[in-house]
Amino acid sequence: MSVLIYVESNGSEIKKSSLDAVAYGAEVGVKMSSSVTAVAIGNIPAEQLALLGKYGAASVLHVQGDVFNHNSPMAFAAAVTEAAKKTGAKLVVLPKSTLVDSFAAKVSAQLKAGIVTNVTDLPDLSNGFSVKRSIFTGKAFATVTISSDIKVITLAKNAYQGKETGGNATVELFAVHVSDADQKVKTTNVEKASGDLLLTEADIVVSGGRGMKGPENWGILLDLAKALGAATGCSKPVSDMDWRPHHEHVGQTGVKVAPNLYIAIGISGAIQHLAGVNSSKCIVVINKDPEAPFFKAADYGIVGDLFEVVPKLTEAAKLLK
Amino acid sequence: MKILVCITHVPDTTSKISFTDNNTKFNAAGVQYIIGPYDEYALSRAIELKEQLGGTVTVLNVGEADTEPTIRKALAIGADDAIRVNATPKDAGFVAAQIAAIAKEEKYDLILMGRESIDYNGGLVHGLVADMLGIPSITPVMKLDIENGNAKMTREIEGGKESIECVLPFVAGCQEPIAEWKIPNMRGIMSARTKPLKVTEPVPFSEMVMYGDFQLPAAKGACKMIDPANPAELLTLLRNEAKVL
Ligand SMILES: Cc1cc2nc3c(=O)[nH]c(=O)nc-3n(C[C@H](O)[C@H](O)[C@H](O)COP(=O)(O)OP(=O)(O)OC[C@H]3O[C@@H](n4cnc5c(N)ncnc54)[C@H](O)[C@@H]3O)c2cc1C
Ligand SMILES: Nc1ncnc2c1ncn2[C@@H]1O[C@H](COP(=O)(O)O)[C@@H](O)[C@H]1O
Repeated sequence: MSVLIYVESNGSEIKKSSLDAVAYGAEVGVKMSSSVTAVAIGNIPAEQLALLGKYGAASVLHVQGDVFNHNSPMAFAAAVTEAAKKTGAKLVVLPKSTLVDSFAAKVSAQLKAGIVTNVTDLPDLSNGFSVKRSIFTGKAFATVTISSDIKVITLAKNAYQGKETGGNATVELFAVHVSDADQKVKTTNVEKASGDLLLTEADIVVSGGRGMKGPENWGILLDLAKALGAATGCSKPVSDMDWRPHHEHVGQTGVKVAPNLYIAIGISGAIQHLAGVNSSKCIVVINKDPEAPFFKAADYGIVGDLFEVVPKLTEAAKLLK
Repeated sequence: MKILVCITHVPDTTSKISFTDNNTKFNAAGVQYIIGPYDEYALSRAIELKEQLGGTVTVLNVGEADTEPTIRKALAIGADDAIRVNATPKDAGFVAAQIAAIAKEEKYDLILMGRESIDYNGGLVHGLVADMLGIPSITPVMKLDIENGNAKMTREIEGGKESIECVLPFVAGCQEPIAEWKIPNMRGIMSARTKPLKVTEPVPFSEMVMYGDFQLPAAKGACKMIDPANPAELLTLLRNEAKVL
């Protein structure tokens, strides 16, 4: 019996959300008296794989292959499924990502497992297996019980903070057979915003709204983001007007973020925007209108003209460290 | 082209969420219901494809009779006919089994859904339906065109997007900017009343996931205001008090 955790990398580094998921799986593993295995997919260097042991995995199955260099949900689903079968996993933990969203259902179907997504807490094992999940786009939670023998969960961003505890994992190469016949979907072109910090992974997000007045003013926001090491986001009208690319659109109909710190600049705080940021640990709002609804959802606020406040804040941030 | 669009009937995005009956039931009092926003993107694109290529657009909802006004709205926007599977949508597996049962009979060329529902936010139904039908599932799709039975799409990936191609049939989970939401016109609203809406009973499904009670997030404390002339103070607080820097 085992707990299996899927581990995702962004090329050379394992994602923080995957390390958190390994630590989560390790804690559940203790409660379930199960062994803890991580299945790491991609060209991940050895010292990164060693991290998985430090976060609590006892063993690592390392899957490599050209097919995993592309975004091929079917191949990832096959790899995770085979790893689950090999280890006799009763619980499969998937850290939420765009890729996981595209293959989680497939894994559960192949394992005939019940699946619950957006899990925000450790399971309660006192009476079967129940977990808390986020619903209504972060506006509420539900307690959900999974009754199948094998269970699959996807872990919401920042649901669990993992810590290094200093263990060691055995690492084994794991060959997975992915049939070409499964590959009905052909990729013809890939566009990645290279070098940029991933919005969904970032610890700090600086986001701009219509109050920024136009794309030509984004420099001051980018400077602040750079000084803080933050990723950048925006409100829906901003991406609708093409001031910023669509993948930066945060909210109910866009990206949901859960950083430690979300700084909203010239965003009014419409409920649909809040739905995408309400899982953030700390929210700062900069707005010239003291009545802006965003202040009600904020931890810290500055009422003032963003064109004056933001450059000052950037200067102060540069002096940090 | 025979297109199926699966729609949810969900609380308006501005709704205040609360629960009744000891936190075991959603409190629908005073709540306005809408077509799920992602589902409406899917529906809008389906109608554009039909206008371009000919064919039919069927909308499907798994829900009780109270979802019919939402289904009628989809008909007013331009769907040709509708199916309601008469059941409470208990979880993604159950809903997917209902949709797959109908799709097996009807053999749609294309099944469009939203990227996720905004009540359950499962993001699962499209993937599960595709698996049950043995066809690909592609999500989240931001652009979709069809030429000679081959679909060209843009799919969002981590930190970017990619162009992909896939032969019909498949299931897609849609998101903006795949199409603009359409506002129903008077003619649409009138004709929606008489368009066919078939009600079917659910197929059996053994559930593996059961919802228990609901909780609301802890109330947020008051917002601390900082002097705009001294933003450095903010950074001090973020570091020493909130401990996020
Ligand atoms: C179904 C649906 C889904 C939606 N989904 C989303 C979503 O996912 N994400 C999203 O963001 N929106 C979404 N919206 C839109 C949402 O309702 C709001 O319209 C939008 O969030 C407003 O964007 P904004 O705050 O940038 O603009 P505004 O509401 O115009 O706010 C601009 C703010 O900037 C401030 N400001 C102006 N000048 C300055 C200055 N010099 N200094 C400081 N402050 C200044 C103003 O006081 C104001 O508060 C959705 C709407 C619907 C109906
Ligand atoms: N009860 C339902 N009836 C019809 N379609 C649904 C239902 N629930 C979910 N869907 C479809 O499946 C998509 C994903 O839903 P979910 O898995 O709940 O996030 C939605 O955007 C809809 O297109």
